[in-house]
Amino acid sequence: MQNILQISWIIPVLPFLAFACIGLFLHRWPKAAAAMSILAIGGSFVLSLLVALKVFTGDPGQVFELSARWLSMPGLRVDMGIMIDPLTAVMLIVVTTVALLVQIYSLGYMDKDPGFASYFAYQSAFAGSMLGLVVASNFGQLFVFWELVGICSYLLIGFWFGKDSAKNAAIKAFVTNRVGDFGFLLGILFLTIVFGTLNFGELSTQLIGYDNIAVLLPISILLFFGPMGKSAQFPLHVWLPDAMEGPTPVSALIHAATMVAAGVYLIARAFFIFSHTPQAMFFIAVVGGFTALFAASIALVQNDIKRILAYSTLSQLGYMVMAMGIGAMTAGMFHLMTHAFFKSLLFLAAGSVIHALHEEQDIWKMGQLSQKMPVTTWTFVIGALALAGIPPLAGFWSKDEILLGAYVGGYTGLYILGSLVAFMTAFYMFRLIFTAFFGSNTNGHHAHESAPVMTVPLIILAILSIVAGFVGSPYMNNIFGHFITAPGVVHHEANLGIMVISSLIALAGIVLAWIIYQRKIINHESLRQRFSGIYNLLSNKYYLDEIYAWLIAVFVDGGARLLEWVDLKIVNGAINGLAFFTGWSGRTLRYTEDGQVQTYALYLFTGVVIILITALMAVFTAIV
Amino acid sequence: MGDFPILSLTLFIPVIGAIIIMILPREQERSIKYLAAISTLISLVLSLLVFCRYDMTNAGMQFVESIPWVKDLGVNYALGVDGISIPLLLLTNLIGFSAVYASWQVAERIKEFFALLLLLITGVMGTFVATDLFIFFLFYEVVVIPIYLLVIMFGSSKRVTKEYAGMKLTIYLLIGSAFLLVGLIALFIKAQAILGYPSMDIKTLAGLNYPVAFQIFAYSLMALGFGTLLSMVPFHAWSPDGYAGAPTAVSMIHAGVLKKIGGYGLIRIGLFILPAGAKYIAPIIALLAIGNVVYAGMICLSQKDLKYIVGYSSVSHMGYVLIGIASLNLISINGAVMMMFAHGVMAALFFAMIGNLYHKSHTRNVADFGGLAHQMPRLATGFMLAGLSSLGLPGTVNFIGEFTIFVGAFRNYQILTIIAISGIIITAVYILRTLGNLLFGPRKPEWDHLQDLRGPEMVPLLVLGGAILLGGILPFTLMDLINSGVGQLLTQIGPIQIGGIF
Repeated sequence: MQNILQISWIIPVLPFLAFACIGLFLHRWPKAAAAMSILAIGGSFVLSLLVALKVFTGDPGQVFELSARWLSMPGLRVDMGIMIDPLTAVMLIVVTTVALLVQIYSLGYMDKDPGFASYFAYQSAFAGSMLGLVVASNFGQLFVFWELVGICSYLLIGFWFGKDSAKNAAIKAFVTNRVGDFGFLLGILFLTIVFGTLNFGELSTQLIGYDNIAVLLPISILLFFGPMGKSAQFPLHVWLPDAMEGPTPVSALIHAATMVAAGVYLIARAFFIFSHTPQAMFFIAVVGGFTALFAASIALVQNDIKRILAYSTLSQLGYMVMAMGIGAMTAGMFHLMTHAFFKSLLFLAAGSVIHALHEEQDIWKMGQLSQKMPVTTWTFVIGALALAGIPPLAGFWSKDEILLGAYVGGYTGLYILGSLVAFMTAFYMFRLIFTAFFGSNTNGHHAHESAPVMTVPLIILAILSIVAGFVGSPYMNNIFGHFITAPGVVHHEANLGIMVISSLIALAGIVLAWIIYQRKIINHESLRQRFSGIYNLLSNKYYLDEIYAWLIAVFVDGGARLLEWVDLKIVNGAINGLAFFTGWSGRTLRYTEDGQVQTYALYLFTGVVIILITALMAVFTAIV
Repeated sequence: MGDFPILSLTLFIPVIGAIIIMILPREQERSIKYLAAISTLISLVLSLLVFCRYDMTNAGMQFVESIPWVKDLGVNYALGVDGISIPLLLLTNLIGFSAVYASWQVAERIKEFFALLLLLITGVMGTFVATDLFIFFLFYEVVVIPIYLLVIMFGSSKRVTKEYAGMKLTIYLLIGSAFLLVGLIALFIKAQAILGYPSMDIKTLAGLNYPVAFQIFAYSLMALGFGTLLSMVPFHAWSPDGYAGAPTAVSMIHAGVLKKIGGYGLIRIGLFILPAGAKYIAPIIALLAIGNVVYAGMICLSQKDLKYIVGYSSVSHMGYVLIGIASLNLISINGAVMMMFAHGVMAALFFAMIGNLYHKSHTRNVADFGGLAHQMPRLATGFMLAGLSSLGLPGTVNFIGEFTIFVGAFRNYQILTIIAISGIIITAVYILRTLGNLLFGPRKPEWDHLQDLRGPEMVPLLVLGGAILLGGILPFTLMDLINSGVGQLLTQIGPIQIGGIF
């Protein structure tokens, strides 16, 4: 079976081949393009399963590495390679499963779109880049694919490029990520200088016993800039809600399940660096926790079905980052996995609704969907229950691990914050469900259930959302934690008390939503009016977009205009002034050459007089 | 290959083409264009051959040719290439070949246009293959005349008139070369005093020990001359106006390779012959390099004309090359050479696409466009490829250059490098905004009549785009070569430490 690892480099290569094939030959044949793309990701999926099987039947500590020289010179070496360990194997499974299901679903969702072939080309490019990122054996390779998934995200957010909103959202996403990557790149440069290598294995060996905090702290913080951009942590979170301009399957795959989780994956992959500095870990935990709460509060009042899910994603990413920060790396990765399944399910189900309602995204204009779209409705409910953390669904186990980690680790503040976020999550998800799926409003829409090509992926993801949590549960001896671990990660025994409390909190959120939005015992309109100040603050996302826009207009564009003025008036002004002076002196002196013999005779005579006087004075002074 | 004069052949085939074009009757427009295309193609193939046949295990000058020319001055017609000059030779020919196709629509004075273009290509190539200082300078001066004529005859007037642009371009080139000439003469006299006989051979000159004060003096002159050519802030003002006024092919060659003579000169002549001077002046160059990256990058944000955006952006990118050269270590100089190649193909592709669009729409104002990807998907692909490589996306050759420079420069100038890296954000903003406003957004019916790229118009996209991707995906093909050249050069001058003024 060693052979399967030897050929595992094919996993990221297959989708890239599909991308090249579609781009070069198949772009005129949409059906063939889609087939090519799905075939490639299917192949990667099968290989990933085999690799995972091999890894999870072996010893948890063993790492398989294979690399080829890519960019090298004395003092700098970036390889392209693969590194297979349990962490990689989990990510391979998550990425290929979701990507495969999303691509199949897209056959129905993107049907008759004029850009069908390029859509699948971009999907393939994304899958290849994401898999390349996951298997990366060093920071250099990781950065390469990190940026490549960013550009795929840019292309797919702006897929309907005829819309100005899509165009602007794409730019915002890429530029915000670039700000994060700026710090990330600096962190990588620091690593090359201090340790002289970028390879994960070599770095982790060198770091054993290394305790120069003054060096590691800036490195950790700078590296964390990358996840702040990619996993949309406050204050670089602003791009993710706007990214919903892309087609919904894209939101499901890239902006919920895989790419945005890459930041969390990076922290897990480089956990041996972060875990060295408690200060950096605390910073990460606080940023994550704050993002979780901050985004959940915004999700409470949004009306667009995709925006609610987007803020929920932000909030859950914050949860994972917080888990990393408190040292519960296993729990964070576990939540990453379960979240990938139930959040992509929620997005795809939402897409099914949007598709049926002809691009309607306002939950108040939906209603009674449960009768017309039963499969979509019930899979959505399963996803929401998993997200809310109702046992025994997947989200329950992973969220519980994080809360447990916070509680046992002594982070009581973060434990309370996490519980509060869990309550809010249950509330806003069931606000959405009771309004959109069970609401009395019909608005005269003629929704009907989507085709099997879309519903079958939903059903598969719903099953995964139910069962995926068991791998980290006591029933299966927490096999997940057995494999996904790192030095410094402590595992806590399951605590029944915490489980019961968190389940009750989630239930309370659902019941409150039921009271307000289903039974309407409390009128939500009057609530809104009573708390209009808070409501406006939340529904305007704390006015951060406006603040950023102002800052950019004043400092970036204003600065640009100022410098342009400097360049035109001062730099070019000096040059043109010099040129003008040269020309002017030429023009002025020209009058001395007037072509008249008398004038020249005068010059001659003046010259003679001057020379004579000088000579006489010289003689005179010599005599005296 | 033995004594086969492959470099001379590469160098003079365009001249032969130019001479035949001069003889051809004016009406034979097709033959003139084909002749230009064929002669640049032959040069391209020959330079590819040089690239493939160069023996990296045996670094140093290869394919050498040397014929004594002016005995009294020690001048030889001496050519040779190493790992630093081959990428630039290749770049010249890639761009030269593409430039001919980008000029396919030239309709007036075709004879003059293509003859001058071919002379220009030879001039630029000559500077990269000369191993004799005199020959280097000779080719450098050969470049000036075709540039001036091409701009004032075939240029376009927008913010500035083409006459102003042509004059500005030429005067700056001449001021640069005047400083250079003084430096070269000083060097020659000093070397003759040490050697006892006259020599213009770069390697011989580099083997001598000059007094440090003299090195600083001579290197300062060269830094001014080559720096102006490389559009070092504040001597950059020629670049945006010049590119805007010049015809497409000249913009391509000028931004693509001609200004790289500055970077090449700083390494091959400045650093190689005068290492102590280079070490002393380096911090100043690094400081000005930051000016290039940030100052010119910010100005891009407020530009409205496509050519000005790329013009200022090219000034900004030269900042990376400058800080790479100023960091004086193997990694940073490797990066600088790579970046020169990368920026060359990228800028040439950008100008080719702009030229094509301008020819069809008669405007270069970004605000006039929008949603062009609807009507011209191939042109949009070209713009996207150029834009994405401009912002240093991995997978394009520009990323390799930038990343390597950052790693190298960070060793010597932490703070300055951090500021320089902020350039990747500025670039992303102006490039994506420009591409967005140009290509995306609602379809504008007034551009429905524009035809997408086809036939010969595809050549620049395929050749330059192919080079961008190939170099980005398989960077070792070029980097190993560059590393062999730079490594050899640095071993010859021995260890240098940054220090000097600050």
